[in-house]
Amino acid sequence: MIWLTWRQFRPQAITAAIAVAVVASVAAATGPGIASAYTASGLPGCHASCATDASNFFTGLSRLDLLLYFGSFLLMYLAPALMGLFWGAPLIAREVETGTHRIAWNQSVTRTRWTLVKLGLVGLAAVATAGLLSLMVTWWASPISHAALLSGGQISGLVPRLDPPVFDATGVAPLGYAAFAFALGVTAGVLLRRTLPAMAVTLVAFAVIQVLVPNLVRPHLLPPDHFTAPLHEPFGVNVNAATGQVNGIGLARPFAKPGAWVLSDVIVTSSGAQLPNVAITFSGAELTVPPKGCTFTSGAAAGPAGLHDCSSVLAAMHLRESVTWQPASRFWPLQCIETGIYLVLAAGLGWVCVAQLRRRRTA
Amino acid sequence: MTNATAIEARGLGKRYGRRWALADCTLTIPAGHVAGLVGPNGAGKTTLISLATGMLAPTTGTVEVLGGAPASGPGQLARVGYVAQDTPAYAALSVADHLRLGARLNPRWDAALAQARIKELGLEPRQKAGNLSGGQRAQLALTLALAKRPELLILDEPIASLDPRARREFLQVLMNAVAEQELSVVISSHQLADLERVADYLVVLVDSRVRIEGAVEHLLATHHLLTGPRRATSLPASQQVVAESHTGRQSTLLVRSSEPVIDPAWTVEEVSLEDLVLAYLGHTSTGSPDIRALEARP
Repeated sequence: MIWLTWRQFRPQAITAAIAVAVVASVAAATGPGIASAYTASGLPGCHASCATDASNFFTGLSRLDLLLYFGSFLLMYLAPALMGLFWGAPLIAREVETGTHRIAWNQSVTRTRWTLVKLGLVGLAAVATAGLLSLMVTWWASPISHAALLSGGQISGLVPRLDPPVFDATGVAPLGYAAFAFALGVTAGVLLRRTLPAMAVTLVAFAVIQVLVPNLVRPHLLPPDHFTAPLHEPFGVNVNAATGQVNGIGLARPFAKPGAWVLSDVIVTSSGAQLPNVAITFSGAELTVPPKGCTFTSGAAAGPAGLHDCSSVLAAMHLRESVTWQPASRFWPLQCIETGIYLVLAAGLGWVCVAQLRRRRTA
Repeated sequence: MTNATAIEARGLGKRYGRRWALADCTLTIPAGHVAGLVGPNGAGKTTLISLATGMLAPTTGTVEVLGGAPASGPGQLARVGYVAQDTPAYAALSVADHLRLGARLNPRWDAALAQARIKELGLEPRQKAGNLSGGQRAQLALTLALAKRPELLILDEPIASLDPRARREFLQVLMNAVAEQELSVVISSHQLADLERVADYLVVLVDSRVRIEGAVEHLLATHHLLTGPRRATSLPASQQVVAESHTGRQSTLLVRSSEPVIDPAWTVEEVSLEDLVLAYLGHTSTGSPDIRALEARP
């Protein structure tokens, strides 16, 4: 049975091996350069200069490096879906479509064993492929992820490893995704008995799950931390030079946790209501409609020093920053929990396949 | 032969939605025969065979194959060979791969037999099964089933899509195998002509029900074609009219009777297997007396 499964899977296995080899050679060609740039940037063991070092490191990256960085996430999103589509969905549906299951089920091997060997072997290949890809991407992208963490989030688009695109593409999570996508494809094939509809259903279902889980499930896998602190210190001001009109006031944010995965970040008033017209950036929270009474001394140098009566107005508002977040230290616990969930779901789908083929026999 | 019966069905039925593909089928096909399963398209032949091979689960009743539940385990699977309708093959796998498949998946695999058969058929081992002709693919499927060394070989319309020469070759190979191996065979066809030369046991299936079954010799010995003047005499109770046809003065009856017909009013002729089956199928045959089948189940 193992031989037959391997013989049938051989073309796909060769395709996967070529894909892994291509990724490996690209990683080997560009990875060491990035790693040595990281070492040279002074980021390892940095203290006060981390943000500057990170900034320098990023400016030193080539366009190709950045393209590969984002491309690797795309690859890691696509790989499990492709394995579900092209390995999972046809695994049994193709046999039923072409009638070859009538050959397979009439050799001296029970249907259950046939199903289990096919599921196990090809499923293992899917997990191994995802594992190899994740290993390479994790290694290749780790200097960039580390730098993003040390930069404190000041470089837009580059996020620490706990944030969704990096979390989904690195660590052990892709193994779980691959196992699940594959099992989803097989199950769709068993239930629908036709390859193309099974592929369509697999693609849609997996895409929906990949959107829902990071947004709705992952934040609650471990109870998130809550942070709240007053903010009232203006550190910047946005003034129309011609009219002296204050367009916005920048307040320093008290929340500063490197590598944190911020789930929600709002400014609330003393009554607990969310303050509208706030733009929260890395550098601070900008009140785009300045509170009444905050005026700017005409002709003063740009900066918070030119604001008039503003501190007392802001202090009276009792504004607080309220953050729901997951600390960076939870990367591996969250990875393991999520992978475990996906593996359990995959095993459940495998059981559905075996039970379906045992019970509802297909002629 | 360890079991006296090849296939035993009791009240066997299979329903798809509201339609019964096979209903209340009770039959006993003894082992040691080449049993022909005849019936028009849609009569339930494939359903019966799918139930007997465990490809389908029955809605009602039970079926036993060689005394065991179909496909109930590796041991049971090893005892039954199956050549499915349209003789499927793995298109991407070569002829040699198919033999390797058989060798890996069957404990009683006869590699020498398989090799000899492929050589005899002139099949190129490296050729992909997807490139084989219909006849070659059917032969490959038969080789796979025979080299498994089954006690019972079940074939579902194996020659329906073959040209006459391929049909003859296929049946020739099958009959040689039956002679060489201790093998019971159940073979289905919608055409009696395909089975007339090979089958020594017959099951006629019409409208998802068994119309008649029995050894061919016995069927021929117990059916008689009577010709005589119209309404000559009434028949004794032991004689059952299967079909009758009438002209102005003359009646022709196909009668089932275990005793010889001795009434001098009738001219008694031996019945051909074709006429017998056609009578039960409810068809008329050309070139022989016009016989109308009665809705009677033996």
